[in-house]
Amino acid sequence: MSGSDFGLQEFMLMLEGASVTLKLTFYAVLGGTLMGLGFGLVRAVAPWWINWPLGAILDVFRSVPLLIQLVLVNSFKSILAVNASAFVVSCVVLALYTSSYCSEIVRAGVLAVPQTTRRAARSLGLTYWQDLREIVFPIALRVSLPSWIGLTLGVMKDTALVWWIGVVELLRTSQVIITRIQEPLLVLCVCGLIYFAMSYPISRLGARLEARWRDLD
Amino acid sequence: MNYTFHWYQAFQALPELLRGALVTIEVAVLSMAIGIACGVLLALGRNSKNALLYGASTAWVEGARNTPALFQIYMAYFGLGSLGIFVDSFPALLIGISFNNAGYLAETFRGGLRAVPGTQMRAARSLGMGAPMAFRLVVLPQLFRTVFHPTMNQMVWAILMTSLGVIVGVNTDLAGVTQELNVRTFRTFEYFALAGAIYYLITKLITISARLAATRLFRY
Repeated sequence: MSGSDFGLQEFMLMLEGASVTLKLTFYAVLGGTLMGLGFGLVRAVAPWWINWPLGAILDVFRSVPLLIQLVLVNSFKSILAVNASAFVVSCVVLALYTSSYCSEIVRAGVLAVPQTTRRAARSLGLTYWQDLREIVFPIALRVSLPSWIGLTLGVMKDTALVWWIGVVELLRTSQVIITRIQEPLLVLCVCGLIYFAMSYPISRLGARLEARWRDLD
Repeated sequence: MNYTFHWYQAFQALPELLRGALVTIEVAVLSMAIGIACGVLLALGRNSKNALLYGASTAWVEGARNTPALFQIYMAYFGLGSLGIFVDSFPALLIGISFNNAGYLAETFRGGLRAVPGTQMRAARSLGMGAPMAFRLVVLPQLFRTVFHPTMNQMVWAILMTSLGVIVGVNTDLAGVTQELNVRTFRTFEYFALAGAIYYLITKLITISARLAATRLFRY
């Protein structure tokens, strides 16, 4: 290949895009995990008349394509004449989307703690919150952490959709560079490698944790 | 709020949207069929001792699992073009999703294969079954049982992923039709809300029928 127009400047631009991707992921996962923890705990302990409607609402975020959710919230924002940037809208939508998956992970983790273990803790004199903090949380964390890592990576990849409502992140940056230097394959390969570099190490870590904790059981 | 909703207008476009939904289901089913076929081969490749087969299938699986689905569709749309293979947006969507499905399903199938203990095969063989017969009657039903639910999950994912086609210019599937209507009328919220509802119904239809099928299939 002689004289590619892809230089350091383009690469730095792409890294900047990647940093936006990471920022989006961070806020989405932070908000989504906090909400997901709350929803998941409620879903694990609440009676059916709370559990069922909450589950149904959260299920909507998993059953409608993320792209549609983004467009809907973005246009609803305009309808309400709220002044929020596309970045904020994306973070909100992604956080809700994340919370819907996270609540299932938390719920599964809490329900994986045998009822007998919790009764034993209570009969040793632990209060309800102590039981939750000292017994349920550590056991549930083991069950949930690998799935949570998977979720984080999934959200990182799903942030690629937000350019549709106008956030310039890694994939959009690559597209801009493609239109400028007309070398789609090269630019996309670099883009893919950046995504891969952000995702692969963490996914290996998740798999390792899962394997180790499975062996301990 | 300074906005009048025009729901009637959106509902008038319902037949058009439903035709789009049909295309969405078609793409998803087709991509799943290709994905399952490739996924089985990849799972076998990942278990193979041949370094080339192992390397190629691992690269596919890790590539599919560690990059965004939209990136994979871009690869098919823009990337293949620069190799001299020009694909339209619709086949690009199909290639992208199939590639993604295959990567995820390969891991599902590999897990399924591992879940059937080798002793089952030996027990079947010692009862006098031939290898193909033992595979068909003993291993396959158990394999099917473990991979059924993850595969159905992937089917839901495939439906949701088809909506990405609109980004590379597909205009016949549900998201594409909705976008066309949106561009023509600028009633973004109404049309996309309706499209979202249809997507919801499709995914619910799949999960419910999968659950019904599971209770019929796995009674024992």
